[in-house]
Amino acid sequence: MSAVRPDKSKLYYPKMPATWWLRKPSYFLFMLRELSSVFIAIFLIVFLIQIYQLTRGPEAYVAFAQGLSSSGWVIFHLVALAFAIYHSITWFQSTAVVLPLRLGERAIPPGVVTALHIGAWIAISLAILILFLALRG
Amino acid sequence: MAAFLVPIHIFIFGLAVPFGWITDSGALYRHWLVKLYLFVLISLPLYHWAHRFYFTLNDMRLGIPREPLALLCYGGAVAGTVVTAWVLLLV
Repeated sequence: MSAVRPDKSKLYYPKMPATWWLRKPSYFLFMLRELSSVFIAIFLIVFLIQIYQLTRGPEAYVAFAQGLSSSGWVIFHLVALAFAIYHSITWFQSTAVVLPLRLGERAIPPGVVTALHIGAWIAISLAILILFLALRG
Repeated sequence: MAAFLVPIHIFIFGLAVPFGWITDSGALYRHWLVKLYLFVLISLPLYHWAHRFYFTLNDMRLGIPREPLALLCYGGAVAGTVVTAWVLLLV
């Protein structure tokens, strides 16, 4: 038996203006965080286009990379990097809250969990950088 | 995923290589292990984007109809995955 849906006209629809997220700093920061995914996606697509240049030879690849040194692209990448770092740090903060760790009877404070994540993040980032420097052609 | 890996890649490819701090011929990307890594690195955050973008635009109450928007976002991520695989197999 299918569930009977309540009459649509009797449901409560909260009316939210399109500017609700401008009202509180915390709402605004939430929206900024959501926006970071757009910058990350654009970066990944540009990166993919750069890799595609390899099909046209290494020269095309290097030329494309040099093209990214124009001021517009540098500003884009600086903004994208700032968004990505903001996204990472807020992610580690929320992980610490969502997944509380316990050591025996004692709960590890969320700040420590966040710090451990940030430490792991820096270690992974350095490892990628070192691997890249060691293996690049 | 995106949190741990993306920032360093933005630094390397968006700033360090274009500025000439690091030279890169791209030869590394022909290795299959690197390709596998890049496939994960590029395709997974696209779904992250699709989900975020869809819900953010909904939350903003801009009055965009839901179904076409969902198709655009998630469809875009699927298309992005296919294109990523294609490009990586090509190089």
